[in-house]
Amino acid sequence: MKSFTYEKANSPAAAASAAANHSNAKFIAGGTNLLDLMKLEIETPAHLIDVNGLGFDKIEPTSDGGLRIGALVRNTTLAADARIRRDYGLLSRALLAGASGQLRNRATTAGNLLQRTRCPYFYDTNQPCNKRKPGSGCAAIGGVTRQHAVIGASEACIATHPSDMAIAMRALDATVQTVRPDGSTRDIPIADLHRLPGDTPHIETTLSSGELITSVTLPKPVGGTHIYRKVRDRASYAFALVSVGAIVQRDGTGRVAVGGVAHKPWRVEAAEAEMPRGAKAVTARLLEGARPTKENAFKLSLVERTLGAVLTEAKG
Amino acid sequence: MKFDTPATTNPIDQLKIIGHATSRIDGPLKATGRATYAYEWHDRAVKPAYGYIVGSAIAKGRIASMDLSRAKAAPGVIAIVTAENAGKLGKGTHNTAKLLGGPEIDHYHQAVAVVVAETFEQARAAAELVQVDYSAAKGSFDLSAGRQSAAEPPGGGVDGQPKTSVGDFAGAYEAAPVQLDATYTTPDQAHAMMEPHASMAAWDGDRLTLWTSNQMIAWTTGDVAKTLGLPKENVRVISPFIGGGFGGKLFLRADAVLAALGARAANRPVKVALQRPLMFNNTTHRPATIQRIRIGADRNGKITAIGHESWSGNLPEGRPETAVNQTRLLYAGENRMTAMRLAMLDLPEGNAMRAPGEAPGMMALEIAMDEMAERLGLDPVEFRARNDTQVDPEHPNRPFSQRQLVECMRIGAERFGWSKRNAEPGRQRDGRWLVGMGMAAAFRNNLLMKSGARVRLDRQGRVTVETDMTDIGTGSYTIIAQTAAEMMGVPLDKVVVRLGDSSFPVSAGSGGQFGANNSTSGVYAACVKLREAVTQKLGFNSADAAFADGQVSSGNRSVPLEQAASDGELVAEDSIEYGDLAKTHQQSTFGAHFVELGVDAATAEIRVRRMLAVCAAGRILNPKTARSQVIGAMTMGVGAALMEDLVVDKRAGFFVNHDLAGYEVPVHADIPHQDTIFLDETDPMSSPMKAKGIAELGICGVAAALANAIYNATGIRVRDYPITLDKLLDHMPNA
Ligand SMILES: Cc1cc2nc3c(=O)[nH]c(=O)nc-3n(C[C@H](O)[C@H](O)[C@H](O)COP(=O)(O)OP(=O)(O)OC[C@H]3O[C@@H](n4cnc5c(N)ncnc54)[C@H](O)[C@@H]3O)c2cc1C
Ligand code: SF4
Repeated sequence: MKSFTYEKANSPAAAASAAANHSNAKFIAGGTNLLDLMKLEIETPAHLIDVNGLGFDKIEPTSDGGLRIGALVRNTTLAADARIRRDYGLLSRALLAGASGQLRNRATTAGNLLQRTRCPYFYDTNQPCNKRKPGSGCAAIGGVTRQHAVIGASEACIATHPSDMAIAMRALDATVQTVRPDGSTRDIPIADLHRLPGDTPHIETTLSSGELITSVTLPKPVGGTHIYRKVRDRASYAFALVSVGAIVQRDGTGRVAVGGVAHKPWRVEAAEAEMPRGAKAVTARLLEGARPTKENAFKLSLVERTLGAVLTEAKG
Repeated sequence: MKFDTPATTNPIDQLKIIGHATSRIDGPLKATGRATYAYEWHDRAVKPAYGYIVGSAIAKGRIASMDLSRAKAAPGVIAIVTAENAGKLGKGTHNTAKLLGGPEIDHYHQAVAVVVAETFEQARAAAELVQVDYSAAKGSFDLSAGRQSAAEPPGGGVDGQPKTSVGDFAGAYEAAPVQLDATYTTPDQAHAMMEPHASMAAWDGDRLTLWTSNQMIAWTTGDVAKTLGLPKENVRVISPFIGGGFGGKLFLRADAVLAALGARAANRPVKVALQRPLMFNNTTHRPATIQRIRIGADRNGKITAIGHESWSGNLPEGRPETAVNQTRLLYAGENRMTAMRLAMLDLPEGNAMRAPGEAPGMMALEIAMDEMAERLGLDPVEFRARNDTQVDPEHPNRPFSQRQLVECMRIGAERFGWSKRNAEPGRQRDGRWLVGMGMAAAFRNNLLMKSGARVRLDRQGRVTVETDMTDIGTGSYTIIAQTAAEMMGVPLDKVVVRLGDSSFPVSAGSGGQFGANNSTSGVYAACVKLREAVTQKLGFNSADAAFADGQVSSGNRSVPLEQAASDGELVAEDSIEYGDLAKTHQQSTFGAHFVELGVDAATAEIRVRRMLAVCAAGRILNPKTARSQVIGAMTMGVGAALMEDLVVDKRAGFFVNHDLAGYEVPVHADIPHQDTIFLDETDPMSSPMKAKGIAELGICGVAAALANAIYNATGIRVRDYPITLDKLLDHMPNA
């Protein structure tokens, strides 16, 4: 870990402008991802801005019938919230499928969205990795790739985004509210927050430098049956091989987002039109153009089979 | 004490304290955080500096140059030790690769430097500034590619013979009406214990004290001396509490050597804990195997030919994984062969992990037996029972000292409800789950090793036991206390046990499931001597004096035990040494594992539902600690079956998943229900305790029982471990 300076921000604007004033600053929320990465010098911020005291820890109704979730709301709190459980069961279930009770007590809504990949080569600083060290190459390509992306990857990076929560947020059409160093605010649809790796896998989101997430807003509830199905080798405390988050309406229409397959939560709205025709049809469209490796080709049939099970379960 | 004739009745047979389910006497210390682990001796190694290890970034080649200037200039740095400035270093008898590499590099994450600084954070930050330029060489990292060129290992000792042959295997196999010829693979596995390798070192002139986490104090003391070029008397190793070992801490490792070298360079005590990401490539691991098994039987299910070959890899001078050895003993059959081959690989050192040899060997053999039973149309329990043998099949005049394999299987089948299993696979459904049952035999040899102890009786009647035996979380403290209490006729709370110190008599140590039987036998021997000293002191005839309730009595005379120490502590020391009983009688432990599990019809996720182990392993000294060992071993067997896999990057030559996120071991949710049954058994051939090992028996066969249950659930036979859902998915029925 490199030495760093630390401050506790007292307002969102101050936090954002502090970030702009320091080259190489980072916000720290729960710290459950950032600190691990700093210990290994995968992240090497020179300055940390602690955003825990900013008061973004509330879940409030919005004027159009949705909910605004403060960026600092802990995963445990969010998963247990009665409104979330009633109207956005997918989110609650996705959260509870992730990490462990202790980690969820600490992990925050914004931090969860911005957690970094679990590619093992990303974690080993002896290995080339374009995400960690732009231009150094990608050790995963041609290496051990069972966990890696099957779609939307590039010649530069085949990593996946590991968040469970983000899959639910994507299916729920959440939007992310931010404040920039100049004090301006904006709304980013969740679909646009995470990027595909392309030639610049180290740039993972569309947030600009020093841009602070203040909240995540859910639109008004859409009803339906909410199912989150996380598939993994052990029963708990493991990242997904694949996960399927679905909202299925009585008439068989609905939404599907998939985790463990791409550099971002994977959702193809056009594929959802196939839902009444079943998992095979949806998956064909959802994973069209997939380019798996030999080791992770199983994810294609796994998505289809898992989605099949989810749709069957939704029928009751 | 020489143990060379079968045990007769002795004070242990009273079973007043031995044989009772007793909670660990060190439990409160551990539960309250007062047990001092290796990294925590701050009151002894005062103001320690911190060492942080730099691991090699390549698997094979040389260090071309090393630039320490930036690291040296970093805040708080006191010293940096590398092979270049460490002075001449030897290599321990029990080490394959050097513990401080350079300029030659033998494997990935081999230590190449330790940076010593005032604080842990400073050492870690400076370690990142050590600039190493390597010139990498081409290495061999792929066992299956190395299979062709693999050679016969030297064998000998616990490795057994590299090649065995009895009768005419080839002819009998050829002639057998029912045959199986199948190849199985097991992956590299990591011990993945909770406490990393950790040490604190302090020098006093040329005398070194090392507080460390180690299973074998005497081996390690000797290897420290050898590595650092010190007389053995100048090395003191202290390791009373160990946060898990599983064979990974049998040896001197880099943390201890580098703490010692760092302390010498820094001129003050130094502590080093191996950082978690180094745990998987810097240390030893269980090597991968490729195993070919051929079994021929007549139509009644009698095995006529059994052959087991195994290939494994290791660094030069490394040993093979002895996966074939149980096949020499477990089942009858007149014509038999085994063979081991060893490939040179440039991966980290392969070595012992819980039940070395038998654990991976049984993973293969017990699937083969299941496959064979199916071909014969026999129930797997029945097929095994038909091939039971009460004698060493290679030497029919050599009986097993005790062998209740059939009893274990029959009782297990009964208790588990085995008769409800549908022999036809893929037939039982419970909602979304395909449900299956599987079983396997358990087998592990019982090893006899010399073991010593010292016992003291003080004026308060307190008995203190001192031995360099270790407690790696197994319960050694407790069973040793029970032994001394039983022998001296005092309650458990009158016994103090002190372990893990090289200034104490040399014991068997913890490994190979030999710890419990041998170390308690050593304590028994010392207590026999102490009893003699007591009776002499009190004027009793030692032959008829009884020790009970804190009194020594004979006829109608009874004297409090402590009176023997009224004018000074009584001290006795002895060892147990073994004669030829292990030659005349094959000593092994037996069991049977039963598993029920579900396979998700859609995703092929495998989830265990319940498990049962039935064990026959001599006298059970403490059913509670024995049960803990067995359920822990069963849990590890589930890991071996379903998830544990050190994945090799065959280009760069290292285990890629080198942290606990990537190397998965079972969590609570994976282990819903476990039962254990111990059969009543005493084995007078094994020791005066009449006990044998249990802790490794518990893992042997578990993974195969799961594999067989998966087959029963799905009809899919997977012969490559771990059995992950991707290996099933393409063959699964439509959900
Ligand atoms: C052992 C382990 C297992 C795990 N298993 C899972 C799992 O199964 N599923 C899963 O989904 N996750 C899992 N996680 C990841 C966990 O969910 C994340 O670590 C956590 O959600 C991150 O939240 P945090 O608040 O601690 O973020 P931090 O570590 O504080 O920050 C993460 C990133 O977000 C940035 N950031 C934080 N807040 C803001 C803000 N308001 N605005 C802008 N940037 C911000 C930080 O600068 C940093 O780059 C696991 C983690 C661990 C350690
Ligand atoms: S897949 Fe991405 S994160 Fe992994 S090594 Fe390649 S560039 Fe790095």
